[in-house]
Amino acid sequence: MRLLRGRDLVCQQAVELVTGYLEGTLSRAARRRFEAHLTGCPHCTEYLAQMRETISLTGRLAPEDLTPQQRDEFVDLYRRWQSEQQ
Amino acid sequence: MESDGELLLRLRSGDERAFIGLVERYHEPMLRLAASFVPSRAIAEEVVQDTWLAVLRGLGGFEARSSLKTWLFSILVNQARKTGTREHRSIPVADPEPAVDPSRFDASGGWADPPERWIEVAQRRMEAGKLADRIRVWIDELPARQREVVLLRDVEGMSSEEVCAVLALSDGNQRVLLHRGRSRLRQLVEDEFRAAR
Repeated sequence: MRLLRGRDLVCQQAVELVTGYLEGTLSRAARRRFEAHLTGCPHCTEYLAQMRETISLTGRLAPEDLTPQQRDEFVDLYRRWQSEQQ
Repeated sequence: MESDGELLLRLRSGDERAFIGLVERYHEPMLRLAASFVPSRAIAEEVVQDTWLAVLRGLGGFEARSSLKTWLFSILVNQARKTGTREHRSIPVADPEPAVDPSRFDASGGWADPPERWIEVAQRRMEAGKLADRIRVWIDELPARQREVVLLRDVEGMSSEEVCAVLALSDGNQRVLLHRGRSRLRQLVEDEFRAAR
């Protein structure tokens, strides 16, 4: 175990900075420390890649299709609203 | 795919199919979001029905200062809050909730049990259509406030400003909830593939 210099991040701190890093809200200094940590840490580099992948997987969820019955209900809703208009 | 703006134009000219198109795009996401505010699926369905009616009634007054999506979800959240009786049972934002179980780090804060690799296998499972349903379940199991932020930010792809407006959150709290929600989801994916070994 090497001694920490005052400004070094440890892994347990780095994982808490991931969202700030991805959101672009870290201070310039915090960003530099985070990136310096990644350079020397394959596990945190993998962790960041997994967080990115998690976001990407979540973003690929497509809405489930309406059932034919739901579709009919919404056609009804629309027509009722239209007749309200007149 | 037709943009929301194009759908809106057709909807305003009285095109029934444009309305159905919009419902197809947003009904299920709205239902998912509504469910985090109210105590039952049946009430969530009522909230969403009321929302669609409010959308039709408000269409003439919608000035497109916000995106259509933001407007739809804002109406939904207002309807849900009017109806919602469920206590928002979730961890207060102020309470600490580590992104990773502290037992996975050694005394110096370095990884003792580092992340298992799962990216390639998860991508293959997603492409085979075998992961999406699991992810939906995991999102539904997130604490309510984390779920709301993850649904709007990561599933719907809204900006942090839009999400803060729709959910009446400060920027800082939005980010904390997003961080916790995403961190939990990452852990759940890891658990899934760790268990599969």
